[in-house]
Amino acid sequence: MGAVFALQRQADWLVPYYRDLAMVLAFGLTPREFVLGLMGKRGEPSSGARQMPSHWGLRRANVVSHSSPVATQTTHASGIALGIKLRGDQAVVLTSIGEGSTSQGEWYEGVNWAATQKLPVIFLVENNIYAISVRQEQQMAVAHVADKAEGLGLPGISVDGMDVMAMHQAVSQSVERARAGAGPTLVEARVYRLTPHSSDDDDRSYRSRQEVESWRERDPLLGFQRALRQQKVLTSQIEDELEAKVKAQVEDAVAFAEAAPYPDISEASYPVYAEDIRHA
Amino acid sequence: MPEMTLIEAIRQAMDEELERDERVFILGEDVGPRGGVFRATQGLFEKYGAQRIIDSPLAELGIVGVGIGAALYGLRPICEIQFADFIHPAFNQIVNEAAKMCYRSGGEWTVPMVIRAPYGGGIGGGLYHSQSVEAFFAHVPGLKVVVPSTPHDAKGLLKSAVRDPNPVLFFEPKKGYRLIKGEIPEVEDLLVPLGQARVSRPGSDLSVFAYGMMQHYCMAAANLVAQEGLDVEVVDLRTLAPLDGATVLESVHKTGKALIVYEDNAFGGYGAEVAALLADKAFTDLDGPVRRLAGPNVPAMPYSHPLQDWFMPDPEKIADAMRQLAAY
Repeated sequence: MGAVFALQRQADWLVPYYRDLAMVLAFGLTPREFVLGLMGKRGEPSSGARQMPSHWGLRRANVVSHSSPVATQTTHASGIALGIKLRGDQAVVLTSIGEGSTSQGEWYEGVNWAATQKLPVIFLVENNIYAISVRQEQQMAVAHVADKAEGLGLPGISVDGMDVMAMHQAVSQSVERARAGAGPTLVEARVYRLTPHSSDDDDRSYRSRQEVESWRERDPLLGFQRALRQQKVLTSQIEDELEAKVKAQVEDAVAFAEAAPYPDISEASYPVYAEDIRHA
Repeated sequence: MPEMTLIEAIRQAMDEELERDERVFILGEDVGPRGGVFRATQGLFEKYGAQRIIDSPLAELGIVGVGIGAALYGLRPICEIQFADFIHPAFNQIVNEAAKMCYRSGGEWTVPMVIRAPYGGGIGGGLYHSQSVEAFFAHVPGLKVVVPSTPHDAKGLLKSAVRDPNPVLFFEPKKGYRLIKGEIPEVEDLLVPLGQARVSRPGSDLSVFAYGMMQHYCMAAANLVAQEGLDVEVVDLRTLAPLDGATVLESVHKTGKALIVYEDNAFGGYGAEVAALLADKAFTDLDGPVRRLAGPNVPAMPYSHPLQDWFMPDPEKIADAMRQLAAY
């Protein structure tokens, strides 16, 4: 959230990956649309219910479609930024990824392009220590993902990703740099995955309960809430209103999606080619 | 009409498209001041500048992935892969990303992009400068696959490919780059539509289906057996995906016999799909087995001349296959 609020919605580009629900909601996906996707219902805007949930894409908000094989989106971000540069536009691109996926050659090729061509990209790496079960030390010999930037010739900064304002500041600086034509920045957000990787993952086999609990105390949602309370931005009245509003939105989204129809079977056969696109 | 080599026709097609549409740009290894290792982009850097003729890092996946991104942004990239043999690192980007983008986004995103790659053997290129890779990509819905054989078609098909709203793989028979010459009409805008085969030699005794360099070898073989009284029809497939099945079936309806010739190793190669089409839709027209003449099932083409010649179909081998089939 801290990162995405550094961007200009409708103008800048987001090339996300599957952990970016919050960013994509902030960029313009509605709760109704998200739940349509979860249930594989008709009219889901990312893929028309062709892809699994959390495979984002929202054309109207410059959120680019991505797939499941990791790091494929990194070169796309650099390609979009190359387009911005060739056309002389002002937009910047933020692409996100997990730390495990920075082991892919695809990631290096994408970052290398942006560094070589001085393209307006922010490479945001959400380092939650584990790629499903494999720890960071088995992914890379460097202490921080940000250290990889040096070998590729771009600035790398490592940020406490549990601190919303620190993230906002770091990404804002990177955006300024990109917009000024000074090139890309690698931003490592040190975060933690408080839940297992998926509903089928038992994380007790690879990390201790104490470790999970110690990170849970630093939950950025709760930390940011405390900070806003201290600054009197958040009062219990506002919190109650917010909670009621969000609860109503979620209930509405679920009811809306439950009532929505599944896609017609005929929708599975197109659009394979651009000529097959049917405009509503 | 001016005569032109295959490589000159390809260069002229790109030059005209760069001139016509400022969204078109080229990226690849050595495409800049050097003009490409085969000189396909010679003079374009001087004419269009470093912004539009981009020397890429030496990494094929990045060329395609960055091309996809630029296409998503609304540009029309032409990616050059130096040899088709080096396209494999980009397989993930081509098959999982470019091919699936339109379908997986319900048509919200498309990838109008051309990937050019010289392919094929007979140039002493050994295992890694001789490969034919068309079957991998023709298998994948969402991609178009084009293999021109003549300068006329190379120019007209490449210009159509650049304007196509989909990812198009454009495989150029590199042995023919300077060997194959042909006349090109001086028309304003020479376009050959994708998806149409061409009967390059009408005949009545048997049909031969080929593309790229093999089209020329089949023409030479047809001329050899013509002296023996055999009247062979040669069909240049030109576009492998989508395949012009109607022209294929029409030809066999007339001749009753089919030979498919390609350089790639036979097993699972592109010719198998043509054979399957004929088995399914031309059963009652056939009065002989559907035959394939293709590369042997070894991993790739060996370097040494006699070994290379053993691998490659050539006019003599093709003429023999024609004679055998005609004898049915």
